[in-house]
Amino acid sequence: MKIDSIHTLEKLKEKSFKKVYLRNPNEAIYDDQKDILVCGGTGCIASDSNQLIKNLNLILKARGYDHKVNIIKTGCFGFCEQGPIVKIQPDNIFYVKVVPKDAKDIIDQHIIGGHQVERLLYKNPTNEERIHKHKDIPFYKKQLRIALRNCGRVNPEDIYEYVAFSGYEALGKALAKSPEEVIDLIKKSGLRGRGGGGFPTGLKWQLTRESEGDIKYIICNADEGDPGAFMDRSILEGDPHSIIEAMIIGGYAIGANHGIIYIRAEYPLAVERLNISIKQARELGLLGENIFNSNFNFEINIKYGAGAFVCGEETALINSVEGRRGEPSNKPPYPAQEGYWSRPTCVNNVETFANIPPIILNGPDWFSSIGTKESKGTKVFALAGKINNIGLVEVPMGTTLREIIYDVGGGIHKGHKFKAVQTGGPSGGVITEKDLDTPIDYEHLAEIGSMMGSGGMIVMDETNCMVNISKFYMEFIMDESCGRCTPCRVGTKRMHEYLQKITNGEATMENLDNLEQLAYMIKDGSLCGLGQTAPNPILSTLKYFSDEYISHIKDKVCPTKECKELSTPKNREVQI
Amino acid sequence: MPNVQIEPPHSDLPREKFEQLSSYIDSLDTARGALIEILHKAQDLFGYLPRDVQLFVARKIGIPAAEVFGVVTFYSYFTTSPKGKHTISVCMGTACFVKGSDEIFQAFKEKLNINSQETTKDGLFTLNNVRCIGACGLAPVVMVDEKVYGKVTLEDVEHIINTYRKEDSI
Ligand SMILES: Cc1cc2nc3c(=O)[nH]c(=O)nc-3n(C[C@H](O)[C@H](O)[C@H](O)COP(=O)(O)O)c2cc1C
Ligand code: FES
Repeated sequence: MKIDSIHTLEKLKEKSFKKVYLRNPNEAIYDDQKDILVCGGTGCIASDSNQLIKNLNLILKARGYDHKVNIIKTGCFGFCEQGPIVKIQPDNIFYVKVVPKDAKDIIDQHIIGGHQVERLLYKNPTNEERIHKHKDIPFYKKQLRIALRNCGRVNPEDIYEYVAFSGYEALGKALAKSPEEVIDLIKKSGLRGRGGGGFPTGLKWQLTRESEGDIKYIICNADEGDPGAFMDRSILEGDPHSIIEAMIIGGYAIGANHGIIYIRAEYPLAVERLNISIKQARELGLLGENIFNSNFNFEINIKYGAGAFVCGEETALINSVEGRRGEPSNKPPYPAQEGYWSRPTCVNNVETFANIPPIILNGPDWFSSIGTKESKGTKVFALAGKINNIGLVEVPMGTTLREIIYDVGGGIHKGHKFKAVQTGGPSGGVITEKDLDTPIDYEHLAEIGSMMGSGGMIVMDETNCMVNISKFYMEFIMDESCGRCTPCRVGTKRMHEYLQKITNGEATMENLDNLEQLAYMIKDGSLCGLGQTAPNPILSTLKYFSDEYISHIKDKVCPTKECKELSTPKNREVQI
Repeated sequence: MPNVQIEPPHSDLPREKFEQLSSYIDSLDTARGALIEILHKAQDLFGYLPRDVQLFVARKIGIPAAEVFGVVTFYSYFTTSPKGKHTISVCMGTACFVKGSDEIFQAFKEKLNINSQETTKDGLFTLNNVRCIGACGLAPVVMVDEKVYGKVTLEDVEHIINTYRKEDSI
């Protein structure tokens, strides 16, 4: 079957709806059918959720209930700390830390007996009470899931489930408009790039459209370089069709017939799901020629990265897609003017794309009503480190860091004390207690010396040494510097050497001054964003925790004892 | 792409793998811009990218060997030495780092007596560090081949190594 009009899509949606009606909150349910949703994200699979699914299926069969219950393997629910997650619909019951042997109780007690399995319910850490409903769990209360709307809701390997939740409707709508109208709509929504730069997406589309040339390309940046973040990966694994749909819309808007997804080879599950989705979309005529009978043709193929952080930078990415060393090029010309094979090319991030279909479906006013003055919509963060609720969260722009850390994140791990939070990964900086009430958006985060980045958010407590953490980031950058420009290649090495000296207790105060000067030189002298932002972790920790640096240097003491060389008995004796 | 017949080099590497690689390259519409895909395929086939394989690719698609070498060395995913039977990857992503993964990594280095990217003499283990595998909720995380170990403690290190040693001696 081919979808050749909005009308056939509507019909398919109706037909597919019976697959998902139990999961629709507005549906009144009169039968005793159930859906058991099991998280198939990387974290939960690591905790054996595949075996759990096998067990559930076996027991269902043995009890003769397999015709009444569907087991659906979904993408990430976000609440990774409590994984593996199981959700029963339409009951809206949310089970946490479910291990394979719990399958028996879920089927016998809940499905057959009609009683919830009390011990698997999430326990509210503040009052020890069990919480029954998914929607009542504090972790989810302040979240608003737009980019993650389908993660934990659909089977990502089934295009019909995506269609049942309005999938590809935005594409149909967009193709009925002119490309300029689509661009206008995105501009009006206020959507800005989620890959870190925050460049207005509609404007980027317009610039690429207006560039001379009959062949253009649209690229999805799925290189996700921040080492400690997994937003893009989870979207690709949990809702691959939304990215494909958005790329077709983007292609139509800018005038490209060819899309490329540049993805890390280290993400095998995401790659597999993308391949499945592309094949399914082709079979339904959503990719290929004359899509929705509109004369618009579009194809997507996948290109693999090979483990180089700098390839997340768009010009380096394009060099890599062309099969070369992924070194950045000078801008201008910008990719929108001269990109892949010197043709106008639009590069967008995965999460940016994930926002496109809802904007088209619900309208730009809906989207721009969420967020702050300059930053509209939501942002996904990979919340990790010394925090209770590690996981993937999506909050409206303007939510404060305190709300994310304490309300959504459930506060600091094991009753420890908050020390700092790092956003922006190795290009960002630390934020301390005094700035926790800052509303999250591009401008405010930059004002307090950090940046939005792509969504890594690492919380640190009083046992983390700030010198050690900047050394960690510097080591990463030093390894990843592509070597093309000297300030970055040599400079990051020198900075790392200084940090090594400090954590070994061998540095002088003069070294510290040199380190700071060097940091500013590299910031100004590097060719691409990697080098230009590399000193940020050092500069921001120096700003807020200079006493910690000084203690390492003058007293030869690491206050947190994290630096081993400065916490051995030998050194302590010297101190006395 | 047009069929260019290139004789595989005389080496200990299996001839049929060269033939498989050759027909993969022939099956591509064009080799233009496809070097990285070809190298991924080659590494899948041979397990690593020795000099002879790199030379073969260069001659087959008609580009200088130096260009192939330049790409292989640029990307950390490509390796020019053979891997051990099991690959132990310690996650050094930030979330794992703040939960002490550097100590875990250190312990593996000491217990196996090798450095990062090296293989033990008996060919059983290669040690690696990787960046965020997406299981931050289980930090610190260690992956052996495809299996993920979460919340790894220093005491677990020896146990993990022994599991694979034992399995191998049976
Ligand atoms: C060193 C460096 C690394 C980057 N890594 C990524 C990345 O992993 N993912 C990403 O989407 N953008 C990354 N970017 C930003 C891209 O260059 C580009 O701005 C982005 O993909 C544009 O998409 P957007 O406008 O939708 O955000 C990186 C930039 C720099 C300087
Ligand atoms: S940082 Fe180790 S799994 Fe994410």
